[in-house]
Amino acid sequence: MSDASLQNGPEMGTPRAKSSLLELDQRTKKRNAAEARFRAYGIAAIAVGLVFLVVLISSIFFKGVGAFQQTFITLDVELLESKLDKTGERDIEKIKKVTTFGYNPLIENALKAAMEEAGVENPFAKGKDLRKMLSSGAAADLRDFVIANPDRIGDTVQFRLLASSRVDGYLKGRVTRESLARDKNLTPVHLDVVDQLKDAGVVAKSFNLGFITGADASESRPEQAGIGVSMLGSFYMMLVVLACALPIGVAASIYLEEFAPQNWITDLIEVNISNLAAVPSIVFGILGLAVFIQFAHLPQSAPLVGGLVLTLMTLPTIIISTRASLKSVPPSIREAALGIGASKMQTVFHHVLPLAMPGILTGTIIGLAQALGETAPLLLIGMVGYIASNYPGGLIEGFMSPNSAMPAQIYEWAKRADPAYYERAWGGIIILLVFLMTMNIIAIILRRRFERRW
Amino acid sequence: MSFVKLSASALAIAAVSATAASARDQVQVAGSSTVLPYASIVAEAFGENFDFPTPVVESGGSSAGLKRFCEGVGENTIDIANASRAIKDKEIKACAEAGVTDIVEVRIGYDGIVFASQIDGPDFSAFEPADIYNALGAQVMVDGNLVDNSYNQWAEFNADLPDVDIAAFIPGTKHGTREVFEVKVMEAGCKATGAYDAFLAIAEGDDDKAKGKAAAKMCYKVRTDGKSVDIDGDYTETLASIDANKDGIGIFGLAFYENNTDTLNVATMSGVVPSTESIATGEYPVSRPLYFYIKKAHIGVIPGLKEFAEFFVADEIAGPDGPLAEYGLVADPELAATQAMVAAEDVLTN
Repeated sequence: MSDASLQNGPEMGTPRAKSSLLELDQRTKKRNAAEARFRAYGIAAIAVGLVFLVVLISSIFFKGVGAFQQTFITLDVELLESKLDKTGERDIEKIKKVTTFGYNPLIENALKAAMEEAGVENPFAKGKDLRKMLSSGAAADLRDFVIANPDRIGDTVQFRLLASSRVDGYLKGRVTRESLARDKNLTPVHLDVVDQLKDAGVVAKSFNLGFITGADASESRPEQAGIGVSMLGSFYMMLVVLACALPIGVAASIYLEEFAPQNWITDLIEVNISNLAAVPSIVFGILGLAVFIQFAHLPQSAPLVGGLVLTLMTLPTIIISTRASLKSVPPSIREAALGIGASKMQTVFHHVLPLAMPGILTGTIIGLAQALGETAPLLLIGMVGYIASNYPGGLIEGFMSPNSAMPAQIYEWAKRADPAYYERAWGGIIILLVFLMTMNIIAIILRRRFERRW
Repeated sequence: MSFVKLSASALAIAAVSATAASARDQVQVAGSSTVLPYASIVAEAFGENFDFPTPVVESGGSSAGLKRFCEGVGENTIDIANASRAIKDKEIKACAEAGVTDIVEVRIGYDGIVFASQIDGPDFSAFEPADIYNALGAQVMVDGNLVDNSYNQWAEFNADLPDVDIAAFIPGTKHGTREVFEVKVMEAGCKATGAYDAFLAIAEGDDDKAKGKAAAKMCYKVRTDGKSVDIDGDYTETLASIDANKDGIGIFGLAFYENNTDTLNVATMSGVVPSTESIATGEYPVSRPLYFYIKKAHIGVIPGLKEFAEFFVADEIAGPDGPLAEYGLVADPELAATQAMVAAEDVLTN
């Protein structure tokens, strides 16, 4: 240990001899620097992830929030007897003969009256041009009201009617005068009228309950489309998944975990269950098409079939989480139960299963949430591309009659021609995300509240 | 506990399947995604105006729809198939083998196919079929000789077109639109550039007809060097491709274009601007009829089927002032004949 070796630095000789605890040597500094770098990488990785999350959530929110607001035009419509019931007999069958087209003049008159009252000059020669500001579904609202209340014919009734999708887009800032320059559904002149009617309070934006509860609409009426029916489709599918996957999954895991002998057959089954969990979901779709529709002749597009296909997909998730939570129940509990004379089955059902329940429920809810957002398996059984325009008539029809599902409905909207549907697709994503988040929060609460640690 | 749930769910499934045999009360429609918007507009109006439930409409493509249509007769098969092309003899035969013999063909109107580019992109304002063929054909005529297409820019064969790289997004082969594009644009362009005659000279076949067919087939081939991209999805996918490539041109249905006039710039074909008027008069060359097919055996069995068909072709729906025309359908000038045909339930004969 000469002076020379000290001068030449640690790599030449033995730094340990002269090192002090207070003064860091070269190698320690290096190690500390490496650790600091690694921490920085970690923080950067999390920051990148967070930035993406924020961008994603905020873009979904800003693009989709418009769907929850809709423009309505409030009109006092005079239900003319001369148009709706020429005979004056109030015969419901005769009133029904008047189609929605017969209600159009009433709407035109009401619009003209509203404009007159607001002091807006009518720039259109044809009433048909004037009507373009309203949804083509407005006449159906009137007709439904008249058929339900035939005694109101002759009265003037106030209606809150949907504005057409382009007027709505103008109030939301999506449509401008420039973008309407070559549009044939609406002209910039209409927008001038809309501006004045808005000042008069006839045209106004308000919360759009119809988007959450309503049925899907045709391509010419984006303003009327809602996600309600496909939400019901998803709901019935989840009922099927819950009713099939939970008992089958729990029974299978209890048997495998508590009763099955340890041999190569059970090993094989175990490996396959883990593999099934990693199978791409489209494979289950093809399986569903072949087994449930082509072989069993169950109806196409029915939530029952969708639910069965999703059951197949969810089963491995439920089995794996159930087995994990059964395994986490300490053996001492089983031994104690067996020791005081309980049978194997009593041990499982009286002691092990109740203690494992929170874990099983958490796994089930997460499996359900996964199934709720799944689209690929539904492609092949006809639930994508289906126009969900009818509410199911009852419980059984809810399972059997064709329907769509929420993610399929979002896909359907995203590919439609009218740009107003694009906004609705984003709105649908918000609703779907709210459902998924609620389910995950319930799972977390259950776990926090009931989970026991040994 | 799980036993109770198991038996409860088994019971539920049993109850559900017991009622599966009960009668269907709504009309079921499937088929072409081009006809889908029109069919859903009509279905919606039908549900509003009649006591029958709203018909069920599904998409999936003309061929897929006709295949389901031809699966047989009965409540678990569809009643109406939408198609953006006429039914083929092969399909009629397949239908007949499954017991679907009486088919009513209904033409609802015409659909235009337009070429459009990004509104901020280069000025593609006028095309001739020959331009499209020169840009996209697999083999083109250069100085009187048939050579593999090596054009990189539009201006290379037509100085009036912008000097930007060729990039075209055309419908994939599973689309009915592709067939119209091939026959009405590619074949016309092939003939105009003289490539057709060159193909005819080298075509193999027993007689002139077979040779002509082979030559036409050669005309339909598009270049495979990436300048022409097949889009298998919907028009929204084509629109996204155009958005991403400002030099690109895409093929759209007229109705789709009319809903997106703020982002798309349409080109004329042979000097004619595509519009419902120019298509109705036949001036605009690239158009095709749209159809739906009714299973006659289901009329009277499925409630509302005939009423729906009649409502579909009624003047107030499919006429020039109806909601279909408003959406972009070109009304059929012979609608009255179609209405009479539907009323009489005239079936296809071959």
